[in-house]
Order: sequence, then structure tokens, then C-alpha cells
Amino acid sequence: MSLFGELRKGIIAENPLFVQVLGTCPSLAVTTSVENALGMGAAFSAVLICSNLCISLLRKYVPGDIRIPVYIVVIASFVTLVEMIMNAFSPALYSALGIFIPLIVVNCIILGRAEAFAGKNKPLPSIMDGIGMGIGYTFAILLISTIREILGSGSFMGVQLFGANFQPILVMILPAGAFITMGFLFAAFAFLKNRKARVKKSEVI
Amino acid sequence: MGQTFAIIFGSIFISNIVLAQFLGICPFLGVSKDLKSAVGMGFSVMFVMILSSSITWLVHEFLLVRFELEYLKTIAFILTIAALVQLLEMFLKKNIPSLYKSMGVYLPLITTNCTILGIALVNIQNGYGFFNTVVNAFANSAGFLLAMVLMAGIRVRLEEAELPESMQGLPIVFFVASSMALAFVGFTGMI
Repeated sequence: MSLFGELRKGIIAENPLFVQVLGTCPSLAVTTSVENALGMGAAFSAVLICSNLCISLLRKYVPGDIRIPVYIVVIASFVTLVEMIMNAFSPALYSALGIFIPLIVVNCIILGRAEAFAGKNKPLPSIMDGIGMGIGYTFAILLISTIREILGSGSFMGVQLFGANFQPILVMILPAGAFITMGFLFAAFAFLKNRKARVKKSEVI
Repeated sequence: MGQTFAIIFGSIFISNIVLAQFLGICPFLGVSKDLKSAVGMGFSVMFVMILSSSITWLVHEFLLVRFELEYLKTIAFILTIAALVQLLEMFLKKNIPSLYKSMGVYLPLITTNCTILGIALVNIQNGYGFFNTVVNAFANSAGFLLAMVLMAGIRVRLEEAELPESMQGLPIVFFVASSMALAFVGFTGMI
């Protein structure tokens, strides 16, 4: 596959959240506002790209039996770096994301990409794969957080959209709102997929 | 005593680990298809969480704080947990085969389960002592077990329901989780 293809597949065709259903925990927890989602997306993408590069460079030197612990150490080191940088330069975001920054370590997408892609491919395609998956994941949590922030607090990126008389639907920024938004989005994706399949079928007949 | 009770009640009902803190969503969606595996997963998580929380607390107190290495918390904890789960698997396989049989399949999944690392970090963040750490681990895993069992019970019935095509599978599970989360909001303010 071409380099551009590696980049593009992560965004729609193999979207880590909506197609592979990985990394659901942070995508529910940090999507109360668009700002938090952007911060999480950036931190996640940085860790993914760096760990993909590092693991791809190490792939010939790591014995197969102990590759998972090695991957975890590499990922955890980058997470610690990102955690320190974020704490130093944007403490507000750091405290808003809280425990979900260190929990990037156990995010199944990163370990999954290391195992499925970076451990077997050259550095450049691995970086492209990391960038694509990072964009795909950021796009997915931005979508969820946009819906939740507009409905739940009537604002976008902290800017009030509607007048003072707007009554926000408070439940959308509660945990229940996160689950129901995900439910509607997954149902919408399933609907589109089913319709596509039906169109294809009727063309064959 | 008062604080201990507040931790137990708060972690099981008010800030339920799955429905309010969003930890462990993957097993909540993936392993809740029938009651038996939900209970198996729930008890395995309970066992590992209590063990790993106490050991990570000791590691933090006597290694990291002592040598001023707190910034290595994330790396140290994930390695401790991974090693612990591996050891536990080998120990159970050799000495208690019956327990290994019922727990074995879930153990590898638990290493990369965010509940274990998450609660280990929360214990340190809240500054709990050793006793409260164990209590908190127990209460959170009991909350996890409760959520898993409730979800599995509902999903067994969902299989007989007639759902619209697009709602089948994951979407309806999210809707059920949403109503469960809404119900658990009712516990807020009880303490």
C-alpha cells in the first residue's frame, strides 16, 4: 500500500473508534467539551506516532517472546513524557483530563497498532499509520464532544452559541449522555453500512 | 470508620467504576453477553485489583517515594501489574488448576484493562493509606461486578427482543448502558 494509503485507511475505512471499537473508555470520559477532546486527541496522537516509530526501529532487535513487555515500556515512557509536558505547559487541561492521560498506556489502539503494524513494517509507513490512526481517533472524539458540548452546555469551544434563554440539556454532559451519544452514532454508522450493503445487493440482482 | 463506609458506598453506587468513571468499558461491552462469563470476569477483576492495588501501593510508598522517583509512577505501575498477572497465571496453573480453569481466559485480558491501572493511580492520587487502598479496590471491583451482572442480565433478554436492524449489537448496548447510568445518578447525594 502506498504511504498515502496508510495514512488514509485510519481515518475512515479502519477508524479506530467507530470501526474497530477500540479505546472507548477515554472517548466517553473526556468528551464533555471540545477543548478536552482536542487535548486528548493531541496527546494520544503524539504517543501513537512516537511509539510506532520507536517500535518499528526496534523491530529487528526485539525477540518475539518478550515483545509485549517491550512495547508496553516504550509506550509508557512516551506517555510519561507527554504527561510531564502537558503538566508544564497546560496545567488546566492536565487536570481536566486527569487520570486518562496516564491511562493512554493501556489504550488498546496503541498496543494494537504496535502489534499489528509497527512491529512488522518500516519506520516511514509506521509513522504514516500512526498519523492516520491519530487523525481518525481525534476526528471521532471531536464528533462526540461537539454533539455533547452543543447540546449539554450550548457552547462550542467555550463560546456560547445561543442566547441567554437557551436551556441546555444537562444530561448530555453527564455519563448517561456519553453513552446515548455513542449509541446514536454507532446506530447511524450501522444504518449507513446496512444501506450500502442493500444497494450493492440490489445492483447484483 | 466513617471514611471507609463512604468509600465503599461511594465507589459501588455513586461513582460506579463503569457507569460514572468510564473505566473498563471494553470488558463491559465485550464480555457481558452471558451471565456466566460476566461473573467470571467480574471476580477475576476483583481478585487482581485487590492484589495489584496493594502491591502498587507498597511499591509507591517504599520505592518511588523513598528514592524520589514519583514521576516514574506510570511505568512502574504498569510493569508491576503486568508481572503480577503473569505470575498469578503461572501460580494458578500449577497450584490451583480448578481456579485457573474458571479464571484463566480472563487473566491476559486484565493486564491491559484500564480499571486495574486506573484504580491503582486513583488510590495514590487520593492519598489513601494501605487499609483504605484495599477497601477502595474491593469496592470498585464490586461496582464493576454489579454493572457487569446487570448488563449481562439485560442482554440475555435483549436477544429475544425484536430490534430495528441498525440497533442490533453494540448500539442497543450503549442505550441500555445510558439508562443504567441515569438510574445510578439517583444515588448522588446519598452521602
